[in-house]
Amino acid sequence: MQQSNAYIITFSIILTVVLGLLLSGTSEVLKPIQKKAEELDTKKQILGAVLPAEKIAEMKPEEVNEFYAGRITSTVVNIKGEEVEEQDGAKVTAETVDVGKNYKKDPEERLFPVFIFLEEESEGAAIAYVLPVYGNGLWDKIWGFVALKTDMDTIEGVTFSHAGETPGLGARITTLDVQQRYKNKTIYNEDGELVSVYMQKGEGKDYSNDPHKIDGLSGATITGDGVNKMLKNYLNYYQSYMDKKKEGSSKVAMN
Amino acid sequence: MSTETAEKAIIVKDSEALLSKRRKKLVTDPLVDDNPITIQVLGICSALAVTTQMQPTLVMALSVIFVIVMSNLTISLLRNKIPGRVRIIVQLAVVATLVTLVNEVLKAFAYDMYKELSVFVGLIITNCIVMGRLEAFALGNKPYDSILDGFGSALGYSWIILTVAFFRELWGSGSIFGIPVFDYVSGLFGEDFNLATNGLMVSPVGAFIILGLLIWIQRSKTGYVEN
Repeated sequence: MQQSNAYIITFSIILTVVLGLLLSGTSEVLKPIQKKAEELDTKKQILGAVLPAEKIAEMKPEEVNEFYAGRITSTVVNIKGEEVEEQDGAKVTAETVDVGKNYKKDPEERLFPVFIFLEEESEGAAIAYVLPVYGNGLWDKIWGFVALKTDMDTIEGVTFSHAGETPGLGARITTLDVQQRYKNKTIYNEDGELVSVYMQKGEGKDYSNDPHKIDGLSGATITGDGVNKMLKNYLNYYQSYMDKKKEGSSKVAMN
Repeated sequence: MSTETAEKAIIVKDSEALLSKRRKKLVTDPLVDDNPITIQVLGICSALAVTTQMQPTLVMALSVIFVIVMSNLTISLLRNKIPGRVRIIVQLAVVATLVTLVNEVLKAFAYDMYKELSVFVGLIITNCIVMGRLEAFALGNKPYDSILDGFGSALGYSWIILTVAFFRELWGSGSIFGIPVFDYVSGLFGEDFNLATNGLMVSPVGAFIILGLLIWIQRSKTGYVEN
Protein backbone atom coordinates (compact mmCIF):
# COMPACT_ATOMS: atom_id res chain seq x y z
CA MET A 1 0.00 0.00 0.00
CA GLN A 2 1.66 3.15 -1.16
CA GLN A 3 -0.36 6.27 -0.54
CA SER A 4 0.28 9.81 -1.68
CA ASN A 5 1.87 12.29 0.68
CA ALA A 6 -1.31 14.34 0.67
CA TYR A 7 -3.26 11.35 1.94
CA ILE A 8 -0.73 10.62 4.66
CA ILE A 9 -0.75 14.22 5.85
CA THR A 10 -4.54 14.46 5.79
CA PHE A 11 -4.82 11.18 7.66
CA SER A 12 -2.33 12.32 10.29
CA ILE A 13 -4.08 15.64 10.78
CA ILE A 14 -7.50 14.04 11.17
CA LEU A 15 -6.11 11.46 13.58
CA THR A 16 -4.39 14.12 15.65
CA VAL A 17 -7.51 16.27 15.86
CA VAL A 18 -9.76 13.36 16.79
CA LEU A 19 -7.41 12.02 19.46
CA GLY A 20 -6.71 15.52 20.74
CA LEU A 21 -10.41 16.29 21.13
CA LEU A 22 -10.98 12.97 22.85
CA LEU A 23 -8.21 13.60 25.36
CA SER A 24 -9.02 17.22 26.11
CA GLY A 25 -12.70 16.33 26.39
CA THR A 26 -12.01 13.61 28.94
CA SER A 27 -9.67 15.84 30.84
CA GLU A 28 -12.31 18.59 31.06
CA VAL A 29 -15.01 16.19 32.21
CA LEU A 30 -12.83 14.50 34.83
CA LYS A 31 -11.07 17.61 36.14
CA PRO A 32 -13.51 18.47 38.97
CA ILE A 33 -13.50 14.86 40.18
CA GLN A 34 -9.72 14.71 40.02
CA LYS A 35 -9.46 17.95 41.95
CA LYS A 36 -11.62 16.56 44.72
CA ALA A 37 -9.54 13.40 44.81
CA GLU A 38 -6.36 15.47 45.07
CA GLU A 39 -7.75 17.63 47.88
CA LEU A 40 -8.80 14.56 49.78
CA ASP A 41 -5.34 13.12 49.27
CA THR A 42 -3.72 16.27 50.65
CA LYS A 43 -5.95 16.12 53.71
CA LYS A 44 -5.00 12.49 54.18
CA GLN A 45 -1.34 13.43 53.98
CA ILE A 46 -1.75 16.18 56.57
CA LEU A 47 -3.62 13.84 58.87
CA GLY A 48 -1.09 11.14 58.09
CA ALA A 49 1.57 13.15 59.88
CA VAL A 50 -0.39 13.03 63.14
CA LEU A 51 -2.53 9.91 62.95
CA PRO A 52 -1.60 6.25 62.56
CA ALA A 53 -1.89 5.12 58.94
CA GLU A 54 -4.31 2.28 59.71
CA LYS A 55 -6.77 4.76 61.14
CA ILE A 56 -6.75 6.85 57.97
CA ALA A 57 -6.99 3.77 55.77
CA GLU A 58 -10.18 2.82 57.57
CA MET A 59 -11.82 6.21 57.08
CA LYS A 60 -14.23 6.81 54.25
CA PRO A 61 -13.74 10.01 52.19
CA GLU A 62 -16.58 11.81 54.01
CA GLU A 63 -15.13 10.82 57.36
CA VAL A 64 -11.75 12.20 56.38
CA ASN A 65 -13.36 15.49 55.40
CA GLU A 66 -15.36 15.60 58.61
CA PHE A 67 -12.42 14.73 60.81
CA TYR A 68 -10.26 17.27 59.03
CA ALA A 69 -12.86 19.99 59.45
CA GLY A 70 -13.26 19.24 63.16
CA ARG A 71 -9.68 18.73 64.25
CA ILE A 72 -7.51 20.81 61.94
CA THR A 73 -7.35 24.55 62.00
CA SER A 74 -4.91 26.46 59.87
CA THR A 75 -3.10 29.71 59.48
CA VAL A 76 -0.65 31.23 57.03
CA VAL A 77 2.58 32.90 58.10
CA ASN A 78 5.45 34.68 56.38
CA ILE A 79 9.16 34.21 56.93
CA LYS A 80 9.06 36.48 59.99
CA GLY A 81 6.47 34.26 61.57
CA GLU A 82 3.74 36.88 61.28
CA GLU A 83 0.28 35.69 60.36
CA VAL A 84 -0.82 36.72 56.92
CA GLU A 85 -4.46 37.12 56.10
CA GLU A 86 -4.32 38.94 52.81
CA GLN A 87 -1.98 39.08 49.88
CA ASP A 88 -2.46 41.30 46.84
CA GLY A 89 -5.96 42.09 48.06
CA ALA A 90 -6.99 38.46 48.09
CA LYS A 91 -7.76 36.51 51.22
CA VAL A 92 -5.32 33.69 51.85
CA THR A 93 -6.06 30.43 53.58
CA ALA A 94 -3.66 27.60 54.24
CA GLU A 95 -5.61 25.25 51.99
CA THR A 96 -5.33 27.56 48.98
CA VAL A 97 -1.62 28.32 49.31
CA ASP A 98 0.23 26.39 46.63
CA VAL A 99 3.50 25.48 48.29
CA GLY A 100 4.97 24.42 44.95
CA LYS A 101 4.26 27.82 43.36
CA ASN A 102 5.61 29.62 46.40
CA TYR A 103 8.76 27.55 46.15
CA LYS A 104 9.70 29.46 43.00
CA LYS A 105 9.54 32.80 44.84
CA ASP A 106 12.17 34.34 47.06
CA PRO A 107 11.82 32.90 50.60
CA GLU A 108 11.19 36.44 51.90
CA GLU A 109 8.04 36.69 49.79
CA ARG A 110 6.73 33.19 50.26
CA LEU A 111 3.67 32.24 52.23
CA PHE A 112 3.95 29.34 54.64
CA PRO A 113 0.81 27.49 55.64
CA VAL A 114 0.54 25.93 59.08
CA PHE A 115 -1.98 23.23 59.92
CA ILE A 116 -2.74 22.91 63.60
CA PHE A 117 -3.98 19.61 64.97
CA LEU A 118 -6.37 20.17 67.86
CA GLU A 119 -7.44 18.12 70.82
CA GLU A 120 -10.71 16.28 70.82
CA GLU A 121 -12.91 19.21 71.86
CA SER A 122 -13.72 21.55 69.05
CA GLU A 123 -11.99 24.51 70.72
CA GLY A 124 -9.26 22.33 72.16
CA ALA A 125 -5.61 23.20 72.50
CA ALA A 126 -3.09 22.37 69.82
CA ILE A 127 -1.46 18.96 69.95
CA ALA A 128 0.79 19.29 66.93
CA TYR A 129 1.76 21.74 64.22
CA VAL A 130 1.84 20.29 60.72
CA LEU A 131 4.21 22.15 58.40
CA PRO A 132 4.31 21.58 54.64
CA VAL A 133 7.75 21.05 53.12
CA TYR A 134 8.76 21.07 49.47
CA GLY A 135 11.89 20.40 47.44
CA ASN A 136 13.58 18.43 44.72
CA GLY A 137 14.31 14.74 44.65
CA LEU A 138 16.37 13.01 42.02
CA TRP A 139 13.99 13.27 39.06
CA ASP A 140 11.22 15.57 40.09
CA LYS A 141 9.67 17.49 42.97
CA ILE A 142 9.11 15.94 46.36
CA TRP A 143 6.93 17.32 49.13
CA GLY A 144 5.45 16.37 52.42
CA PHE A 145 4.25 17.37 55.86
CA VAL A 146 6.18 17.44 59.11
CA ALA A 147 4.21 17.38 62.35
CA LEU A 148 5.97 18.93 65.34
CA LYS A 149 4.83 18.52 68.90
CA THR A 150 4.01 21.67 70.84
CA ASP A 151 7.57 21.92 72.12
CA MET A 152 8.36 22.73 68.47
CA ASP A 153 11.26 20.35 68.67
CA THR A 154 10.06 16.74 68.65
CA ILE A 155 8.75 15.26 65.42
CA GLU A 156 5.31 13.74 65.85
CA GLY A 157 5.28 12.25 62.38
CA VAL A 158 5.97 12.94 58.72
CA THR A 159 4.42 12.11 55.37
CA PHE A 160 6.26 12.41 52.08
CA SER A 161 5.10 12.31 48.49
CA HIS A 162 6.91 12.46 45.21
CA ALA A 163 6.18 13.06 41.56
CA GLY A 164 8.68 10.80 39.87
CA GLU A 165 11.22 9.14 42.13
CA THR A 166 12.43 5.69 41.13
CA PRO A 167 9.96 3.02 42.24
CA GLY A 168 11.52 0.70 44.81
CA LEU A 169 14.35 3.13 45.51
CA GLY A 170 13.63 6.84 46.03
CA ALA A 171 9.90 6.26 45.90
CA ARG A 172 10.24 4.47 49.22
CA ILE A 173 10.03 7.85 50.96
CA THR A 174 6.26 7.40 50.72
CA THR A 175 6.30 4.14 52.67
CA LEU A 176 5.26 3.96 56.28
CA ASP A 177 8.42 2.08 57.16
CA VAL A 178 10.63 5.00 56.13
CA GLN A 179 8.38 7.72 57.54
CA GLN A 180 8.24 5.99 60.92
CA ARG A 181 11.98 6.51 61.27
CA TYR A 182 11.40 10.24 61.84
CA LYS A 183 9.08 9.73 64.76
CA ASN A 184 10.30 11.29 68.04
CA LYS A 185 13.50 12.65 66.52
CA THR A 186 14.29 16.23 67.48
CA ILE A 187 15.27 19.15 65.27
CA TYR A 188 17.16 21.33 67.78
CA ASN A 189 20.48 20.31 69.31
CA GLU A 190 21.51 20.87 72.93
CA ASP A 191 22.75 24.39 72.16
CA GLY A 192 19.36 25.34 70.78
CA GLU A 193 20.52 25.43 67.18
CA LEU A 194 18.25 24.18 64.45
CA VAL A 195 19.98 21.13 63.01
CA SER A 196 16.99 19.30 61.50
CA VAL A 197 17.01 15.53 61.04
CA TYR A 198 19.35 13.95 58.55
CA MET A 199 18.82 10.80 56.60
CA GLN A 200 22.16 9.05 56.37
CA LYS A 201 23.82 7.39 53.40
CA GLY A 202 23.46 3.62 53.33
CA GLU A 203 20.89 1.51 55.04
CA GLY A 204 20.64 -0.93 57.90
CA LYS A 205 22.34 0.96 60.72
CA ASP A 206 20.74 1.73 64.03
CA TYR A 207 20.43 5.44 64.79
CA SER A 208 17.95 5.17 67.61
CA ASN A 209 20.41 6.83 70.00
CA ASP A 210 21.03 9.84 67.78
CA PRO A 211 18.12 12.31 67.89
CA HIS A 212 19.10 13.98 64.60
CA LYS A 213 19.97 11.05 62.36
CA ILE A 214 17.87 8.38 60.72
CA ASP A 215 18.69 5.34 58.64
CA GLY A 216 19.08 6.00 54.92
CA LEU A 217 17.66 4.53 51.75
CA SER A 218 19.93 2.11 49.99
CA GLY A 219 20.19 3.05 46.33
CA ALA A 220 18.46 6.38 46.78
CA THR A 221 21.13 8.66 48.21
CA ILE A 222 20.15 11.62 46.02
CA THR A 223 16.49 11.38 46.97
CA GLY A 224 17.60 11.18 50.60
CA ASP A 225 19.72 14.30 50.16
CA GLY A 226 16.69 16.01 48.63
CA VAL A 227 14.59 15.09 51.64
CA ASN A 228 17.30 16.37 54.01
CA LYS A 229 17.59 19.67 52.16
CA MET A 230 13.84 20.07 52.00
CA LEU A 231 13.47 19.55 55.76
CA LYS A 232 16.35 21.81 56.68
CA ASN A 233 15.17 24.59 54.36
CA TYR A 234 11.59 24.61 55.46
CA LEU A 235 12.27 24.18 59.17
CA ASN A 236 14.49 27.24 58.83
CA TYR A 237 11.74 29.19 57.11
CA TYR A 238 9.34 28.34 59.90
CA GLN A 239 11.87 29.11 62.61
CA SER A 240 10.52 32.56 63.51
CA TYR A 241 7.02 31.15 63.76
CA MET A 242 8.27 28.31 65.93
CA ASP A 243 10.19 30.72 68.18
CA LYS A 244 7.05 32.77 68.68
CA LYS A 245 5.04 29.70 69.54
CA LYS A 246 7.71 28.57 71.99
CA GLU A 247 7.79 31.96 73.70
CA GLY A 248 4.02 31.84 73.90
CA SER A 249 3.94 28.44 75.51
CA SER A 250 6.75 29.20 77.98
CA LYS A 251 4.85 32.33 79.06
CA VAL A 252 1.81 30.20 79.71
CA ALA A 253 3.96 27.84 81.73
CA MET A 254 5.30 30.70 83.85
CA ASN A 255 1.82 31.97 84.61
CA MET B 1 -11.65 9.51 1.68
CA SER B 2 -9.85 8.61 -1.52
CA THR B 3 -7.11 6.08 -1.35
CA GLU B 4 -4.91 4.80 -4.08
CA THR B 5 -5.64 1.26 -3.23
CA ALA B 6 -8.85 0.20 -4.80
CA GLU B 7 -11.15 -0.32 -1.92
CA LYS B 8 -14.14 -2.44 -2.55
CA ALA B 9 -16.90 -2.50 -0.06
CA ILE B 10 -16.22 -5.93 1.30
CA ILE B 11 -19.44 -7.34 2.58
CA VAL B 12 -18.66 -10.98 2.99
CA LYS B 13 -21.36 -12.87 4.71
CA ASP B 14 -19.91 -13.90 8.00
CA SER B 15 -21.04 -17.44 8.43
CA GLU B 16 -18.37 -18.35 10.94
CA ALA B 17 -19.70 -19.17 14.37
CA LEU B 18 -19.29 -16.44 16.98
CA LEU B 19 -16.87 -18.65 18.86
CA SER B 20 -15.60 -21.06 16.26
CA LYS B 21 -12.66 -23.32 16.85
CA ARG B 22 -10.30 -20.89 15.14
CA ARG B 23 -11.57 -18.00 17.23
CA LYS B 24 -11.32 -19.93 20.46
CA LYS B 25 -7.74 -20.62 19.57
CA LEU B 26 -7.15 -16.86 19.24
CA VAL B 27 -8.08 -16.47 22.89
CA THR B 28 -6.62 -19.66 24.33
CA ASP B 29 -3.32 -19.81 22.49
CA PRO B 30 -1.72 -16.86 24.30
CA LEU B 31 -2.78 -18.31 27.66
CA VAL B 32 -0.17 -21.06 27.67
CA ASP B 33 1.28 -22.16 24.33
CA ASP B 34 2.07 -18.69 23.08
CA ASN B 35 2.06 -16.73 26.32
CA PRO B 36 3.35 -13.19 25.87
CA ILE B 37 5.40 -13.27 29.05
CA THR B 38 6.62 -16.83 29.47
CA ILE B 39 7.11 -17.75 25.79
CA GLN B 40 7.53 -14.47 23.93
CA VAL B 41 9.17 -12.85 26.97
CA LEU B 42 7.47 -9.51 26.39
CA GLY B 43 6.17 -7.06 28.99
CA ILE B 44 8.68 -8.22 31.58
CA CYS B 45 9.31 -4.71 32.91
CA SER B 46 5.85 -4.19 34.33
CA ALA B 47 5.59 -7.86 35.33
CA LEU B 48 8.51 -7.29 37.67
CA ALA B 49 7.59 -3.86 38.88
CA VAL B 50 3.92 -3.88 39.83
CA THR B 51 3.60 -7.39 41.19
CA THR B 52 4.45 -6.83 44.85
CA GLN B 53 0.76 -6.84 45.75
CA MET B 54 -2.39 -8.31 44.26
CA GLN B 55 -4.54 -5.20 44.19
CA PRO B 56 -2.37 -2.92 42.06
CA THR B 57 -1.55 -5.90 39.88
CA LEU B 58 -5.24 -6.49 39.25
CA VAL B 59 -5.73 -2.84 38.30
CA MET B 60 -2.70 -3.05 36.03
CA ALA B 61 -4.04 -6.24 34.41
CA LEU B 62 -7.45 -4.66 33.80
CA SER B 63 -5.79 -1.55 32.33
CA VAL B 64 -3.69 -3.65 29.98
CA ILE B 65 -6.73 -5.70 28.90
CA PHE B 66 -8.61 -2.48 28.16
CA VAL B 67 -5.72 -0.91 26.24
CA ILE B 68 -4.90 -3.98 24.15
CA VAL B 69 -8.51 -4.78 23.26
CA MET B 70 -9.41 -1.18 22.41
CA SER B 71 -6.26 -0.49 20.44
CA ASN B 72 -6.61 -3.76 18.54
CA LEU B 73 -10.20 -2.83 17.71
CA THR B 74 -9.32 0.71 16.63
CA ILE B 75 -6.38 -0.30 14.49
CA SER B 76 -8.35 -3.16 12.96
CA LEU B 77 -11.20 -0.82 12.04
CA LEU B 78 -8.74 1.60 10.45
CA ARG B 79 -6.50 -1.07 8.93
CA ASN B 80 -7.40 -0.27 5.33
CA LYS B 81 -7.09 3.46 5.90
CA ILE B 82 -3.80 3.62 7.78
CA PRO B 83 -0.96 4.68 5.47
CA GLY B 84 1.70 1.96 5.58
CA ARG B 85 4.56 4.40 5.92
CA VAL B 86 3.33 6.00 9.12
CA ARG B 87 1.58 3.01 10.65
CA ILE B 88 3.85 2.71 13.68
CA ILE B 89 3.24 6.33 14.62
CA VAL B 90 -0.49 5.89 14.13
CA GLN B 91 -0.42 2.83 16.38
CA LEU B 92 1.59 4.69 18.98
CA ALA B 93 -0.81 7.63 18.92
CA VAL B 94 -3.80 5.35 19.44
CA VAL B 95 -2.12 3.40 22.24
CA ALA B 96 -0.86 6.56 23.94
CA THR B 97 -4.34 8.08 23.84
CA LEU B 98 -5.90 4.99 25.40
CA VAL B 99 -3.24 4.83 28.09
CA THR B 100 -3.74 8.50 28.93
CA LEU B 101 -7.46 7.87 29.20
CA VAL B 102 -6.86 5.02 31.66
CA ASN B 103 -4.52 7.24 33.65
CA GLU B 104 -7.03 10.10 33.82
CA VAL B 105 -9.85 7.80 34.90
CA LEU B 106 -7.67 6.25 37.61
CA LYS B 107 -6.68 9.70 38.81
CA ALA B 108 -10.32 10.69 39.15
CA PHE B 109 -11.80 7.54 40.64
CA ALA B 110 -8.95 5.65 42.29
CA TYR B 111 -6.44 8.26 43.36
CA ASP B 112 -4.53 5.97 45.73
CA MET B 113 -4.15 3.40 42.99
CA TYR B 114 -3.09 6.14 40.60
CA LYS B 115 -0.34 7.15 43.00
CA GLU B 116 0.79 3.60 43.56
CA LEU B 117 0.93 2.57 39.93
CA SER B 118 2.37 5.97 38.95
CA VAL B 119 4.64 5.51 35.97
CA PHE B 120 3.64 1.95 35.21
CA VAL B 121 0.28 2.82 33.71
CA GLY B 122 2.07 5.27 31.44
CA LEU B 123 4.54 2.56 30.56
CA ILE B 124 1.79 0.39 29.09
CA ILE B 125 2.58 2.43 25.97
CA THR B 126 5.96 0.78 25.77
CA ASN B 127 4.62 -2.65 26.67
CA CYS B 128 5.76 -4.68 23.68
CA ILE B 129 2.69 -6.88 23.87
CA VAL B 130 0.44 -3.99 22.80
CA MET B 131 2.45 -2.90 19.78
CA GLY B 132 3.23 -6.51 18.98
CA ARG B 133 -0.43 -7.46 18.67
CA LEU B 134 -1.19 -4.39 16.61
CA GLU B 135 1.61 -5.10 14.13
CA ALA B 136 1.18 -8.84 14.02
CA PHE B 137 -2.56 -9.15 14.09
CA ALA B 138 -4.84 -6.13 14.10
CA LEU B 139 -3.35 -4.61 10.92
CA GLY B 140 -4.36 -7.65 8.90
CA ASN B 141 -7.51 -8.97 10.53
CA LYS B 142 -11.13 -8.10 11.05
CA PRO B 143 -12.28 -6.18 14.17
CA TYR B 144 -13.99 -9.04 15.97
CA ASP B 145 -11.04 -11.39 15.53
CA SER B 146 -8.71 -8.62 16.63
CA ILE B 147 -10.70 -8.10 19.81
CA LEU B 148 -10.47 -11.80 20.60
CA ASP B 149 -6.77 -11.86 19.83
CA GLY B 150 -6.10 -8.82 22.00
CA PHE B 151 -8.21 -10.23 24.81
CA GLY B 152 -6.34 -13.53 24.65
CA SER B 153 -2.92 -11.90 24.78
CA ALA B 154 -3.96 -9.55 27.58
CA LEU B 155 -5.39 -12.46 29.53
CA GLY B 156 -2.16 -14.41 29.02
CA TYR B 157 -0.29 -11.42 30.43
CA SER B 158 -2.76 -10.93 33.27
CA TRP B 159 -2.80 -14.43 34.68
CA ILE B 160 0.96 -14.54 34.75
CA ILE B 161 1.37 -11.23 36.59
CA LEU B 162 -1.45 -12.13 38.97
CA THR B 163 0.20 -15.45 39.74
CA VAL B 164 3.53 -13.75 40.36
CA ALA B 165 1.79 -11.17 42.54
CA PHE B 166 -0.02 -13.88 44.48
CA PHE B 167 3.20 -15.55 45.55
CA ARG B 168 5.06 -12.31 46.08
CA GLU B 169 2.38 -10.85 48.31
CA LEU B 170 1.88 -14.13 50.16
CA TRP B 171 5.53 -14.78 50.87
CA GLY B 172 6.71 -11.17 50.97
CA SER B 173 3.96 -9.53 53.00
CA GLY B 174 2.08 -12.56 54.32
CA SER B 175 -1.21 -11.41 52.86
CA ILE B 176 -3.50 -11.76 49.85
CA PHE B 177 -5.31 -8.65 48.60
CA GLY B 178 -4.22 -7.01 51.84
CA ILE B 179 -5.82 -9.73 53.99
CA PRO B 180 -3.21 -10.93 56.49
CA VAL B 181 -3.32 -14.66 55.70
CA PHE B 182 -0.16 -15.46 57.64
CA ASP B 183 -1.58 -13.92 60.81
CA TYR B 184 -4.72 -16.02 60.55
CA VAL B 185 -2.75 -19.19 59.95
CA SER B 186 -0.46 -18.43 62.86
CA GLY B 187 -3.50 -17.74 64.99
CA LEU B 188 -4.99 -21.13 64.14
CA PHE B 189 -1.97 -23.10 65.27
CA GLY B 190 -1.23 -21.15 68.41
CA GLU B 191 1.57 -18.79 69.27
CA ASP B 192 4.47 -21.15 68.75
CA PHE B 193 3.61 -21.48 65.11
CA ASN B 194 4.98 -18.44 63.37
CA LEU B 195 5.15 -17.85 59.63
CA ALA B 196 7.92 -15.47 58.66
CA THR B 197 7.75 -13.23 55.59
CA ASN B 198 10.62 -13.02 53.15
CA GLY B 199 11.85 -9.54 52.29
CA LEU B 200 13.41 -10.83 49.09
CA MET B 201 9.95 -11.35 47.63
CA VAL B 202 9.09 -7.67 47.98
CA SER B 203 12.10 -6.60 45.95
CA PRO B 204 12.18 -7.10 42.14
CA VAL B 205 14.52 -10.04 42.68
CA GLY B 206 11.55 -11.99 44.03
CA ALA B 207 9.65 -11.40 40.81
CA PHE B 208 12.60 -12.68 38.77
CA ILE B 209 12.75 -15.85 40.81
CA ILE B 210 9.02 -16.57 40.65
CA LEU B 211 8.82 -15.73 36.98
CA GLY B 212 11.79 -17.98 36.30
CA LEU B 213 10.17 -20.82 38.22
CA LEU B 214 6.91 -20.32 36.33
CA ILE B 215 8.69 -20.44 32.98
CA TRP B 216 10.61 -23.51 34.10
CA ILE B 217 7.48 -25.38 35.17
CA GLN B 218 5.64 -24.38 32.03
CA ARG B 219 8.41 -25.36 29.66
CA SER B 220 9.07 -28.67 31.33
CA LYS B 221 5.39 -29.48 30.84
CA THR B 222 4.97 -28.24 27.28
CA GLY B 223 8.43 -29.25 26.16
CA TYR B 224 8.92 -25.86 24.54
CA VAL B 225 12.52 -25.17 23.53
CA GLU B 226 13.82 -21.89 22.21
CA ASN B 227 15.57 -22.12 18.87
